[in-house]
Amino acid sequence: MSRRKTERLLSLVVCLLSARRYLTAAQIREAVPGYPASFDAFKRMFERDKDELRELGIPLETGTNGPGDEEAGYRISQQAYELPEITLEPDEVAVLGLAARVWRRAELAGAAEGALLKLRAAGIDAEDLTQPGIEPRVHTPEAAFGPLWEAVRDQRPVSFGYRAAGRSTAQRRCLEPWGVVNRRGRWYVAGLDTDRRAERVFRLSRIEGQVTFTGPAGTVVVPPGTDVRAAVRDWDAETPVPRTCLLRIRSGAGYGLRRHAVSVAPDQEPGWDVAELTFTDSGWWSEHLASFGADVVVLEPTDLRDAVIGRLKGVLA
Amino acid sequence: MTADAPARSGQPAKSGGPAGTATERLQRLLALVPYVVSRNVVGMAETAAAFGVTERDLVDDLNLLWCVELRSPDPYCPIDLSYEGGEIVVSEAEAIGRPLRLGVDEACALLIALRMLAELPSIGDGTALSRTIAKLESAAGSAAGPSAQVAVQMDDAAGRSAAAQSAAAQVADALNRGKRLHISYYVPGRDEATERDVDPMRLLVVEGRSYLEGWCRRAEDVRLFRLDRVLAIEVLDVAKEVPASAKEVDVDRGLFRPSPQDVQVVFELAAAGRWVAEYYPCEEVTELGDGRLRIRLRTPDTQWVRRLALRLGEDGRLVSPPDLAEQVIADATEALGHYA
Repeated sequence: MSRRKTERLLSLVVCLLSARRYLTAAQIREAVPGYPASFDAFKRMFERDKDELRELGIPLETGTNGPGDEEAGYRISQQAYELPEITLEPDEVAVLGLAARVWRRAELAGAAEGALLKLRAAGIDAEDLTQPGIEPRVHTPEAAFGPLWEAVRDQRPVSFGYRAAGRSTAQRRCLEPWGVVNRRGRWYVAGLDTDRRAERVFRLSRIEGQVTFTGPAGTVVVPPGTDVRAAVRDWDAETPVPRTCLLRIRSGAGYGLRRHAVSVAPDQEPGWDVAELTFTDSGWWSEHLASFGADVVVLEPTDLRDAVIGRLKGVLA
Repeated sequence: MTADAPARSGQPAKSGGPAGTATERLQRLLALVPYVVSRNVVGMAETAAAFGVTERDLVDDLNLLWCVELRSPDPYCPIDLSYEGGEIVVSEAEAIGRPLRLGVDEACALLIALRMLAELPSIGDGTALSRTIAKLESAAGSAAGPSAQVAVQMDDAAGRSAAAQSAAAQVADALNRGKRLHISYYVPGRDEATERDVDPMRLLVVEGRSYLEGWCRRAEDVRLFRLDRVLAIEVLDVAKEVPASAKEVDVDRGLFRPSPQDVQVVFELAAAGRWVAEYYPCEEVTELGDGRLRIRLRTPDTQWVRRLALRLGEDGRLVSPPDLAEQVIADATEALGHYA
């Protein structure tokens, strides 16, 4: 069954590629073996076959051969079908092999393999010629990656449940996606939040449940000059207002703080040093300082000191 | 003439045998003919390996191609080939002598990966990457378009960590020349800097971070070192000696996999502490309602767990192991004593 279908589809491709003119459905039925005798059954099967060829990326065209031609026909333009000539130098083949491995075990692994197969078919030998000792990988553990990539690719609006940081429940969000970015190992989607009429960035790991398409392909317009990388970077960035703090650090401890200290001097009390450091995000910084436990004491500023005390009291709560 | 809406995706070719779906097999056949044509003559075994099928499946594919017949106007066989003596020759390929264009997913998968590699400081001189990207963009045509909307940013290249960039360059240099490295490495879980000699094995780039994988002469075992935690690095004028027994980490199964000997750790997290479940690989995550979570993970070293519990404050409570939980309470009490 499957073999006969493969044969039929292959014959159809060869037939339409070889045709100089648009072939009508009836002419195709004549030329390609394997279609049923009844014209209605043929039409149904032919419709499915056309869809499957287009799914594979085969550029099936419809048109007429001239003004007097009433019935539309089909053909595949050789030029639109063929991969253009491409030749690669050995060092280029090496980086291509490395690039194909990046997605291994991730969402686009099959696509990368498929591309490599076609390039091999074009005469390029992209076997395991990789840069010695370098192993790059991207992972896509978030279930939302697949549908969001499709939405970005096909320019379709989406909606999904989203649990913002620190929220106890998920909210429905509607988005015209502009792009998907991986930053520090996490995936984000940036786009226009159509309820809020504003640009928003969402972390894929906080999307709950299914991503649903809310409109047809080709309906999302990415504003010209949009830089999705910058959008994600800005969203992720901490407020860049550096402040100074003064800490007591126990001698021989707090190495992770001393690394970044502006100055370190021995304290009056033996066994302790006093260090000056700069920080930007006081929330994150107070948590970081609390993690050093009894090895670090905040002297200034007061709000930071109170925040660390609050954290530590929280442990005992 | 109107072209129908262009196909949006080229579905990946699966390397299944004839058991794969009809369209998967069609993809393989459409690649097989040009594969042979572009090489003039090619061995059966080599071809079967390139397509990930058995030689028997390959023979079946070749027979199918050879059997294709079109009937109009007169019956003829568009494809002629032979595979005698283990060598394949295609003498007539009709219209399918060139491979099909790259689909959008295919072109984008490679281009996104190539642009990510271009952010690494360690891959050659970088021109091979830009040349390959240009050639692939030109061959892919409009299918390359959406790749501009997906990006993988390397943390090391974010400008934040010039030190990590230079560390990557040193690691690449040591790998290229087969030399030993001396590194000063910060271990945040224990809050200490350590000095060690490492015989480099690979430079791993996973989850946006770069790691040196090497034989640590201090631990006498394979270790991973995050490059942004390397405080100082030096390529020694000593040839590296990686024991034959040294096993590379299986990058595809995750860099950090728990072992059965590890300590089991349980946290209960408030909504504000949910990030912990995203940040650390958990064995089990249970919703407790109101956005609260219980997570279970395993770790060989509990120092960082103690620090995490202090950091979390009221956003999370360490439940197990109980003696560690008691230690955390004692730590917090002592720390608060300094503010009294």
